[in-house]
Amino acid sequence: MNDTSNPSDPASPIIVMDQVVKRFGDALVLDHLDFQVAKGEKVTIIGPSGSGKSTVLRILMTLETIDSGLIHVAGKPLWHEYRDGRPVPASEAHLRAMRKEMGMVFQQFNLFPHMTVRRNITESPIHVLGLSKAEAEQRAHEYLELVGMTEHADKFPGQLSGGQQQRVAIARALAMRPNIMLFDEPTSALDPELVGEVLTVIRRLSEEHDLTMLLVTHEMEFARQISDRVCFFDKGVVVEQAPPEEMFAEPREERTREFLKTFIRTRQGA
Amino acid sequence: MLFGIEWNTANDWVFAWSILPILLRGLIVTIEATLLGFVVGAALGLVLAALKSVRFRLISWPARVFTEFLRDTPLLVQLFFLYYVLPEYGLVLPAFLTGALALGVQYSAYMSEVYRAGLESITRGQVEAARALDISPLRIFTVVILPQAIPRIIPALGNYLVSIMKDVPVLSVVSILELLNVARIIGDRSFNYMVPLTLVGVLYLILTLVASAGVRYLDEHLPKRGIPLH
Repeated sequence: MNDTSNPSDPASPIIVMDQVVKRFGDALVLDHLDFQVAKGEKVTIIGPSGSGKSTVLRILMTLETIDSGLIHVAGKPLWHEYRDGRPVPASEAHLRAMRKEMGMVFQQFNLFPHMTVRRNITESPIHVLGLSKAEAEQRAHEYLELVGMTEHADKFPGQLSGGQQQRVAIARALAMRPNIMLFDEPTSALDPELVGEVLTVIRRLSEEHDLTMLLVTHEMEFARQISDRVCFFDKGVVVEQAPPEEMFAEPREERTREFLKTFIRTRQGA
Repeated sequence: MLFGIEWNTANDWVFAWSILPILLRGLIVTIEATLLGFVVGAALGLVLAALKSVRFRLISWPARVFTEFLRDTPLLVQLFFLYYVLPEYGLVLPAFLTGALALGVQYSAYMSEVYRAGLESITRGQVEAARALDISPLRIFTVVILPQAIPRIIPALGNYLVSIMKDVPVLSVVSILELLNVARIIGDRSFNYMVPLTLVGVLYLILTLVASAGVRYLDEHLPKRGIPLH
């Protein structure tokens, strides 16, 4: 009953954003954005700060509302629901159900500082998914293994390095078994020598799991390696998108070229 | 004689010893008023903090104005208001309750700010991470926010407990027989103010030291592992 709005580019889109508008006060952050992600696709979003790239993730995770437009995740409307065939704003119950599709990793890790690593990971599987404590701890162990943090399960986040905290945060999001993982600049708050361990984990994830991944990053080389597609965002729209080889070798748009050029220059200067 | 207890004015030491049981009665009233005032203040403060955090201005603004009003007017004025004005509207409370209520209401304004600061010290990222993990709003508050806020809130509330205790003598103006009032009456009747008032000072000092030690103990023994407090 809902879909006149699916120009169906990718084979089976799991995320469809259709003419999405987002304003912060007078600033137009997303300007009638059309954006799709296919199931299992690894998509990297690059762009200057303020281009709206993080906002896309935050809207999908329902941490920000939208001003207009339609978003579907896994075929279901995200920010609205249908009542008597008419779209109405989504209720909290609907939003909570939709959040189950997605997991998010934040720039600032956002682990709960008063809980051990293990409790950080088991909290939601126990109290949201209804797993038993034993099952949840088994699951926590499984994902801590994946991120190489099993020996730190009883520590508090404050006792860990930034890179370790971010790996735990990744395990915590995965433990909810989402279909889509959203990474919002996962290495931007890290000291340079800690970036590698986090990227290694994300790379492993992209290779070994059929998760749909949406990654906002400034790590261009990493984006080139793991992405199926790279999207360049500027001023709230997708300026250009292409497979990484194409995108980084021969960007078509002037704005993309400018961005990549200044970006590489500042990086080398740093 | 007070509360049926006679005193002996042979010398200052004997006098002091003989009025101590009387003063202790006053001390108990002081402690009761402190505790009741604290409970009222802590509870009403939490309500005010919750109201002030509501986005809907029709609710948050009156709470804000009320808080500001409480903070900017003297306790004595508020006490007189409750003591003399409420009965005009048919609400007659015992003097002790009125006094404790006045203390509690005044301090609720300060305490609401303590709650607010404590809750606001929890970063937005914590709430966002919890929402991303699909944790229910109630559990976000009770499991994510509160445990991090409480270790910040308790010591500040404890300091107000001591402040309330030191404000209790104000209640003597509405004839509540708390410690200072009892001492004054003894002085009036024995023509010796020095001894009872000195004892009041000593008793207050002991009380404050004990309360402060209690607050410190609580502060040190609160479960706050891992919580960065500064």
